[in-house]
Amino acid sequence: MGKQTIETNDVVIRFSGDSGDGMQLTGTLFADTAALLGKGISTFPDYPAEIRAPQGTVAGVSGFQVHVGSGEVKTPGDFCDVLIAMNPAALKANARWTKPTASIIVDSDLFDEKNIQRAGFKTENPFTELKLDDRHIIYAPISELTKEALKDSGLDRKVIDRCKNMFALGICFYMFNEPLTFAEEYFDRKFKKKPELIVANKAVLKAGYNYAGNVHAIPNTYKIPTAQKEKGVYRNINGNQATAWGLIAASEKSGLPLFCGSYPITPATNILEELAARKDLGVKTLQAEDEIAGICTAIGASFAGNLAVTSTSGPGLSLKSEAIGLAVMTELPLVIVDVQRGGPSTGLPTKTEQADLMQALWGRNGECPLVVIAASTPSDCFNYAFQAAKIAMEHMTPVMLLTDGFIANGSQPWRIPAMKDFPEIHPPIVPEGTEGYLPYARDEKRLARRWVIPGTKGLEHRIGGLEKDFLKGSASTDPENHQRMVEIRAAKVARVQDFIPKQEIFGDESGDVLVVGWGGTYGHLYSAVNQLRKEGQNVSLAHFNYINPLPSNTGEIFKRFKKIIVCELNMGQFANYLRMIFSHFDYLQYNKVQGLPFSVSELMNKIKEISK
Amino acid sequence: MGTKYTPNDFKSDQEVKWCPGCGDYAILAAVQRALPEVAEQRGYEKERFTFVSGIGCSSRFPYYVNAYGFHGIHGRAAAIATGVKVANPNLSVWQITGDGDALAIGGNHFIHAIRRNIDINIILFDNQIYGLTKGQYSPTSKLGKITKTSPFGTVEHPFVPGELVLGARGTFFARSLDVDVKLTAECLVASAKHDGAAVTTVLQNCVIFNDKVHWDITDKENRDDRTIVLRHGEPMVFGKNHDKGLILDKEELKLKVVEIGKGGITIDKILVHNAENPDPGIHMMLVTMKLPDMPIALGVIRAAKDSTYDDNVRDQVLAVREKATIKSMDELLHSGSTWVVE
Repeated sequence: MGKQTIETNDVVIRFSGDSGDGMQLTGTLFADTAALLGKGISTFPDYPAEIRAPQGTVAGVSGFQVHVGSGEVKTPGDFCDVLIAMNPAALKANARWTKPTASIIVDSDLFDEKNIQRAGFKTENPFTELKLDDRHIIYAPISELTKEALKDSGLDRKVIDRCKNMFALGICFYMFNEPLTFAEEYFDRKFKKKPELIVANKAVLKAGYNYAGNVHAIPNTYKIPTAQKEKGVYRNINGNQATAWGLIAASEKSGLPLFCGSYPITPATNILEELAARKDLGVKTLQAEDEIAGICTAIGASFAGNLAVTSTSGPGLSLKSEAIGLAVMTELPLVIVDVQRGGPSTGLPTKTEQADLMQALWGRNGECPLVVIAASTPSDCFNYAFQAAKIAMEHMTPVMLLTDGFIANGSQPWRIPAMKDFPEIHPPIVPEGTEGYLPYARDEKRLARRWVIPGTKGLEHRIGGLEKDFLKGSASTDPENHQRMVEIRAAKVARVQDFIPKQEIFGDESGDVLVVGWGGTYGHLYSAVNQLRKEGQNVSLAHFNYINPLPSNTGEIFKRFKKIIVCELNMGQFANYLRMIFSHFDYLQYNKVQGLPFSVSELMNKIKEISK
Repeated sequence: MGTKYTPNDFKSDQEVKWCPGCGDYAILAAVQRALPEVAEQRGYEKERFTFVSGIGCSSRFPYYVNAYGFHGIHGRAAAIATGVKVANPNLSVWQITGDGDALAIGGNHFIHAIRRNIDINIILFDNQIYGLTKGQYSPTSKLGKITKTSPFGTVEHPFVPGELVLGARGTFFARSLDVDVKLTAECLVASAKHDGAAVTTVLQNCVIFNDKVHWDITDKENRDDRTIVLRHGEPMVFGKNHDKGLILDKEELKLKVVEIGKGGITIDKILVHNAENPDPGIHMMLVTMKLPDMPIALGVIRAAKDSTYDDNVRDQVLAVREKATIKSMDELLHSGSTWVVE
């Protein structure tokens, strides 16, 4: 023992291995432990589309990056301080994410000729080949020591092999002075019915922990102090869970049952799963036969008086386009959640991108406006899902909520809000006994029509996808009526502007450079702008959540800056949208489409370079 | 029992705009005749009736019924109707669809609504042609049918809707003719009585693009000899003189027409229709009977009991809620691992 403990405010750890190695769980347990002790975390699962690609190949490598900090952590970090590589393929796939000063822990038992070849190395020394000789490499015989720890367990080889991720986790817990208790409690819960696995996982975790304590290859350990945060009760939450919960919260506030019609699609599936588990709160979910049925069952449920939702990702959104038009025409509340992924077509199912913006705004036949909102962090998916549902119901319109693979799967600590602090929701439901109901008559403030729930006596009426008469809602082919209806549908969506908050700016209210972003890139853009400001640069950030309509002060903000740089993970869709609305400003762009989030360092460099 | 209604109570103020002579008028009349009876039998108030349709001539139907109505998009009525029923199980939900809407563009939703056994009533207007797009072949058009998109005759085999319903594990299937308003109404009342997805196919005439397509059996001259109206618990007898019946040929394992009173055949040798038989074997044979050797089966061919999707959803929610420890959003937010910052 006698190791030195070094205090650090910030550390990034990347776990990587075969997709069957349990790296997502390992990373999650590490992140949750740190979070439970009051540290800031941000996570980034980076995994392949294949469930079990051939073992030992680069295609099958699954990664999970955790950024732990003493203060609030906004991003999962650009590069890692510690890389755990369970085999040569994992090393190959992840070497590029290591800092020059990084430590790399490898399972030395799997760095044999066979596995080195399978990973596609040309030489016998993967470290030299990857130019990693100056990194601190820790060769830990993880497979052997796992076997050793479980030799008397009576478990078969396969099961034993599956425990080795806990050895790696034990090493990391030791290195960062984290307790084992949270992971141990997790085993108790998870394997309630298989007590032999509780014993085995605890034994291997402990073995890894002790190994790290004894081995000279790990000379120092690190301690990340807990910084004071806002008082309250905290939990970890990822974006998909927060989205699902925000919708349930809106259901509770509005008093209307929640219905979700959806079809499984990466990376949105967890929303459906999370909602399906919430029958205790009366949530109804329908796993439909396809994406179209997902939204059409939701439209039916909305017509019948439920808060209706459908969740999907880009390819599914394409399939839903026609039905979204039906929801626009029938002016029914509907929340469409699009968890964006790399496209076009099947594209990069497990990777993140922001390239569905134009599709969300315009991807339908006819003049077909709807409200578009984008969440920007894992935890604020809760608020924006809530707001999407509130706007949908109160303004009688479909609302598109955009998230993305990065914030959907990423997690962060979240100060649990109280439902009493959320606004009330008042859907314009017409009560029984109302005289002279006209299905398409509108209120003056919002221009929203009113909602009659079938089963209400005396208010029988018929709506549908044919153009509607301005008041009666019956089918009309009258030319002037059509124009009037097109205009009023657009005006209704535009009117939402009166009900959303003004755009905020991080930094100075005016100045040289305004960085503009939207949606899931917030953490990286904030961090980059924050760093640049600390370096003395005159840079501010306007990060948008309300896309259509935009906040009313948007043009005013743009006016006050000499340069505007729009940064997004696509080829410039938001920049083009802004050009359409505020054509008198110049928009500089930084775009990235690699299926990856921005990194803070690249943003800092690019912003400096572009604003010169 | 519910309020007394008359067919007039279900007529909307909209002008009906089908072609003069269209079979849809007769189906509308049958529906307006059936609904008062359904309301009375099931104790429904009028406001519980909800009609959902897709696209096509038949799908204009909801505009003409004084009830809640939703005119959807092409092929998706089954999905929309499913959402309506799950969200609001008290409603009596009716889906109006055609052979193109239900079996081509909406085929997937059609079979899955049936598989789930969601409690909706599906009226499938089968005229074996696309009418609203002016005369293209449909998934039920006969092989070789000449239409605008098959000028040399179709080269594809048609669906038999009943076969598809049974194949999708349907619990209810009935078949009627547009010209027989009474029988159609009878089938629809039975459909409403059935808990689960209930499909009633109405063989319907398109005067413009497929006139007399069902003439072989709708012609009054031949109708009695070429069709058999099945009723649960009654022998399978048909013919102008009620002298023909169906037996099961046990050698060839198929249905056979026999003449009662000839060759030692007495009425007690004739098969008795059991619509409630869970085994769809005989139902499948009845559904696929075709001219000229066999009559076309009409009436309620299958009405078997099984649990319904909407009931299962409701029961599951109730069962989970009864044992639930989380009863509000605040409780959910605080569930699982949390920590306190003082």
